[in-house]
Amino acid sequence: MKFLSDQALERLRDAADTPDLAGTRYRLLERVARGGMGVVYAAEDEKLQRRVALKVLDVPGTDGDLANRLIREARVLARLEHPGIVPVHDVGTLADGRVFYTMKFVEGQRLDKHIATVNSVPDRLRLFLRICDAVGFAHARGVLHRDLKPANIMVGPFGEVLVMDWGLAKILRSVDSSPPQMADPDATIFEKPATPSANGQATDSSVITGHGTVMGTPGYMSPEQARGDVQLLDARSDIYSLGALLRFLLIEGKDAAPAHFRKRVDRSLEAICSKATAEAPAERYANVPEIALDVSRYLDGLAVGAHHESFLEKSARFYRRYRFFILLIAAYLAMRVAILVFLHR
Amino acid sequence: MSQEDFHAGGDRFPPTRRSVIEAVRSIDAQERERALEALCSAYWKPVYKYIRLRWNRPPDTAQDLTQGFFVEVLERELLEKFDAKKSRLRTYLRVCVDSFVMNVDKAGRRQKRGGNVPHLALDFGGAEEELGAAAIDPAKIASPESLEEFFEKEWVRSLFALAVEDLRVLCTARDRARTFRLFEAYDLDGNKSISYEKLSQEYAISVSDVTNALAWARREFRRIALERLRELCGSEEEFQREARAAFGWDAK
Repeated sequence: MKFLSDQALERLRDAADTPDLAGTRYRLLERVARGGMGVVYAAEDEKLQRRVALKVLDVPGTDGDLANRLIREARVLARLEHPGIVPVHDVGTLADGRVFYTMKFVEGQRLDKHIATVNSVPDRLRLFLRICDAVGFAHARGVLHRDLKPANIMVGPFGEVLVMDWGLAKILRSVDSSPPQMADPDATIFEKPATPSANGQATDSSVITGHGTVMGTPGYMSPEQARGDVQLLDARSDIYSLGALLRFLLIEGKDAAPAHFRKRVDRSLEAICSKATAEAPAERYANVPEIALDVSRYLDGLAVGAHHESFLEKSARFYRRYRFFILLIAAYLAMRVAILVFLHR
Repeated sequence: MSQEDFHAGGDRFPPTRRSVIEAVRSIDAQERERALEALCSAYWKPVYKYIRLRWNRPPDTAQDLTQGFFVEVLERELLEKFDAKKSRLRTYLRVCVDSFVMNVDKAGRRQKRGGNVPHLALDFGGAEEELGAAAIDPAKIASPESLEEFFEKEWVRSLFALAVEDLRVLCTARDRARTFRLFEAYDLDGNKSISYEKLSQEYAISVSDVTNALAWARREFRRIALERLRELCGSEEEFQREARAAFGWDAK
């Protein structure tokens, strides 16, 4: 039996990974990245002559049931038609039993890279609201993302925000049926490999799992998800991730940002993050529109539901909101006082 | 997932070999022997190298201990005590090796060789050469984590080597010896100057014939390796975890 060197082992791993697309309409172009439970390649759809992202899942199932289930669930995702959700074009099975699916090839920047170019809090919050739009839409269609993190958000060249990698998504209910309250534990789509980061920070890598075990990314995954309580997962689990994302948006890259942005995160925003990432799901926002509404209210200079303001805070917010008029009235009053003083001299 | 599900096979997924864990519990003696043979084939080298490094035993003692260990697996029905829900088979066997070596030390007795262990030609000389070629620094594998890593790596090496050997046999049986040579040249030998064009010139075939042959060989290699792996796992969940470890999907 031939001895395999370490290099040979690596080459064999790579060789075994390369998908054989014979019999499909796709031609492999290049490997793009490793995502949850699979590798993403750039491929050409030879029929439509367009570039697509092709994700090949690593492990084939024991039998055709898993493949069938994945395909069935990918179809549900394919029906999530929203400008903020990367559309699934096609799904199929390779000759070696691995399931693949193709998606729109998104050219853009991942949020964790893009954020360095967004230096104002309102701009970052508007980005967040667009993420909420997409996630809220999916929730309304009965689909949880379960792996929301900066690496799974893409910002396109025209500022469009796309929520990617619905590989861990969970179907709460059929798109057309009425909403039940809890997740179906068997409806897991593509489960992800375990690679917690060495430093405990959130990374691109999601944590692995089988049914009922841990899935998601440390730092962005809700406590119930981290415990593997899949039966308890509902929209509030994604709310937790959105809260962590909001915190990321408010803090990330601030050291390199202009001085006016480096100041402490506003208490109202901190309260929104804290409410969204509360340990107990019942203490979080009940749904995405609620958290989006609070962020919108903040942007409009209104009080947010997550924070009870002190008189001073209320005054400060009032001042910020009506600064122009207050300054105008103050100037007018100052002028009147000056005139009175002048006349009484 | 029930064991029944674990063994089920669909149209696209041909029925898989039975897990060794199930097979050693069979009442059929032949099946038990075949399971132990599969286990020994995949694990004897990792076990031997592990004993050499972890326990710092000279080659002849390590050989005795390796053979003795597999006799022990058989006689003390260690596999029957394995619970796939509690650990991986690989980890379980490594822990068993540790306690076996400690017991042997305690008893101070020389292990019996052979016994009822499946009759495999264990090429200890080859394993010794591999250890020498790998130039492993024992100081670097002193911690329990690195020992686990070392054992895992050797186990993957053993699994892949068996899969490559199976592929060679398959290619011979299907009259595809050239395909195997192409696979060997491109994916195993590591010659940096090799290319599809060079291979097509060398074998006087078109480049697409080369890529088609390689695609087939890689697909078969992957299938065989996963099938062997499935055989060595106690549950579907363990299989999925081990597949990720073996193919490095977690690390990439």
